Amino acid sequence: MSIEPLWEVFVRSRRGLSHTHVGSLHAPDATMALRNARDVYTRRQEGVSIWVVRATDITASSPDEKDEFFDPAGDKVYRHPTFYEVPEGVEHL
Amino acid sequence: MLTRMDSFQATIDADGRIEPRDAMPEGYRKTLIRQIAQHAHSEIIGMQPEGNWISRAPSLRRKAILMAKVQDEAGHGLYLYAAAETLGVDRAELLDLLHAGRQKYSSIFNYPTLTWADIGAIGWLVDGAAIVNQVPLCRCSYGPYARAMVRVCKEESFHQRQGFEILHTLCNGTPGQKAMAQDALDRWWWPSLMMFGPPDAASTHSEQSMAWGIKRHSNDELRQRFVDMTVPQADILGLRVPDDGLVYDDATGHYTFTEPDYAELYEVVKGNGPCNEKRLAHRVKAHEDGAWVREAAAAYAAKRQEAVA
Amino acid sequence: MSDLFDYTVRLGDDALIAAQRTAEWIAAAPQLEEDVALGNIGLDQLGQARSLLQYAGSLDGRTEDDLAYFREEREFRNLQLCELPNGDFAHAMARLLYFATYQHLLYEELRTCADETLAGVAGKAVKEVAYHVDHATQWVLRLGDGTEESHRRMQAALEALWPYTGEMFESDELIGRLAVAVDPAPLRAEWERRVLAVIDESTCSRPEASYQHTGGRSGRHTEHLGYLLAELQHVARSHPGATW
Repeated sequence: MSIEPLWEVFVRSRRGLSHTHVGSLHAPDATMALRNARDVYTRRQEGVSIWVVRATDITASSPDEKDEFFDPAGDKVYRHPTFYEVPEGVEHL
Repeated sequence: MLTRMDSFQATIDADGRIEPRDAMPEGYRKTLIRQIAQHAHSEIIGMQPEGNWISRAPSLRRKAILMAKVQDEAGHGLYLYAAAETLGVDRAELLDLLHAGRQKYSSIFNYPTLTWADIGAIGWLVDGAAIVNQVPLCRCSYGPYARAMVRVCKEESFHQRQGFEILHTLCNGTPGQKAMAQDALDRWWWPSLMMFGPPDAASTHSEQSMAWGIKRHSNDELRQRFVDMTVPQADILGLRVPDDGLVYDDATGHYTFTEPDYAELYEVVKGNGPCNEKRLAHRVKAHEDGAWVREAAAAYAAKRQEAVA
Repeated sequence: MSDLFDYTVRLGDDALIAAQRTAEWIAAAPQLEEDVALGNIGLDQLGQARSLLQYAGSLDGRTEDDLAYFREEREFRNLQLCELPNGDFAHAMARLLYFATYQHLLYEELRTCADETLAGVAGKAVKEVAYHVDHATQWVLRLGDGTEESHRRMQAALEALWPYTGEMFESDELIGRLAVAVDPAPLRAEWERRVLAVIDESTCSRPEASYQHTGGRSGRHTEHLGYLLAELQHVARSHPGATW
C-alpha cells in the first residue's frame, strides 16, 4: 500500500462556475495535497480555487442500488418544463 | 432479471462507458490494469531519455520547453496511475511491479538519446506515434482511462510540435546541425514504427481488447496512419526516411513501407535494449532514495492526527 | 560594462544556476507529485533568469543565450549557494528555504525600484518565490519533525548550507553606486527571523554561527560551477553561430 493516502481533486475553473472533479493524487496530508493539486492540476491556468478530499471520506452510491436510486425519477416528466403545453402566442412563460 | 454482467455487456454494446464500481469481467479489469499501468510506466520512464538533455539544452528557450515537457510526462504518469487505482490497485503496488521488471513500459524508451536532435526526433516521431495511439483511447470504454487520456492528449498537443520545430530549425541551420537531424531520424524511425506493437497477425491481446472497446484500431492500421502522416512531414524537413522500400501508392492513397525488424522489438521487450538496465536502475534509485522522505511525511501526518484525536 | 548590467547579471545568474540544479531533480524526486512541483519551481527560476539576462543583454547588445552560454566561469556572478551540488532531498529543501526567502525579500524591495523593467520582473517573481518559500517550508517541517532519519538529514542539510548564506547579504561598491540596486545587508535580520522560525518549528536546532564563504559576486566560485557550466554550455559552444 502507498503510505500516502489518495485524494480527490476538485477545481473551480473560473469564478461563477462550481468546482469540478479533475482527478486524484497521493499526498501525506491535506496541506500537501492542496499544494500538489495546485502543481499537478493547474499548470495551465485551469483553476482559481481547489478542493481536496480524502478519497476514503467520500460516500458513494452503489451501482447495485442504481435501479431503486435513479429509475423512480424516470416517470416524473411533469418536473420538466417541456411537459407543459403552451398556447401559441404566449410569451415570457 | 438482468444480471450485473448483462448490464456490462449492454453498456459496451451501446458504446457507453464503464465506471469504476460497475460490474465487469475479471479479464476486462485485468487487461485494463495491465494496459493503464504499462502506459503510466511509459510516461515516467519516458522522462529519462529527454530529461537527459535538460541540463544541456542549447538555448534557454529550449531548456524551458523541455523542462515543461518532461514535467508534463510526470503529470501524465500521475493521471494514469490514478485511473488504474480506480480498478482497485494501488500506485505503490504498480511501481513495485515496474521496479521488479514484472510490468513493462514502452520499448521506445530503451533507446539512447545521443544528440540534441534526438530531442526533436522524440517529440516529432515518438510523441507523434503516441498521439496516433492515444487519440482513440479518449473513446476507450473505461471512463477513468478515457478521461485521463483526454487530458493527456490536450496537454501533449505541444509536445509533437516542439519536436518538429527543433528539427525544422536544425534542418535550416548549419550542415552539422542538418546531419545531426538526419542521424536522429535514421535511428528513431524504426523504433517509432515498433511503437504500434507487433503486426496484427502476431498480436496476442488485440482481439479481445477490441471487443471490449479498450482498443479501437488494430496495430497495423495505426502504424499505417502514422507513416501516412509522417512521411510528408519528413519531406518538408528535407530529411530522408531511411526506408528504401517506401513508395506512395496512388491507387490506395497510402504509403507502402518496409516493416521494422520485430525480432529487435522482442529483444528490447525482453530486456536486451541498449538502455533497459539504465532506465530501470535510475527509476529504482529515485524510488529508494525517496523512501525516507515519504516515510517522514507519513510520520509527520500521523503525529498531527494523533494531536487532533 | 555598466553597473546596471553587472547588477542585473547577478540576479539573473542566481536564478539560472538555481534552475539548473532544480532541474536535476526532475525524474529523480521522492514521489511523482514532487517531480511536478520541482518542475514548476525550476521553470519559475528559469523564467526569472531569462527575463533578467534578456534585460542585461539588452543593455550591451547581447542575448540571453550569449550571456548564459558564452561567458566563462569567472564571469558568472551567482551566489555559491546556488551552484553547490544537490545532495539529498533535505539539502534541496534547505537550499530552497534559504534562497527563496532571500529572493522574496529582495524582490519585494526591487518591485518598487525606479527601473521599470527590474521592477516589473520583481513584481512577477515575488509571487513565484513566495510559493517556493511555502514549498520549502512545508518540507522542512515534515522532514525535521518526521522520522529520526529525516530529522538527522534535515539538521545536517541546514548546517551544511548555512556557511553559504552570508554571501546573500553582502553589500559592496556596486550596490552603493547603483541607485536602483537593493542593498541586501538590511534584509538579513528579517531573513533570519523567517528562516529561524521555520527551523524552530521543524524541531531542528538553529545552525551555529560559522565561517561564511564568499566570492560568487566577484566571479570566484566553488569548483562545482565549472562542471555545471561545461554541461550547460557544451552543445551551444560546439556549434558556434548556430541557432536552435
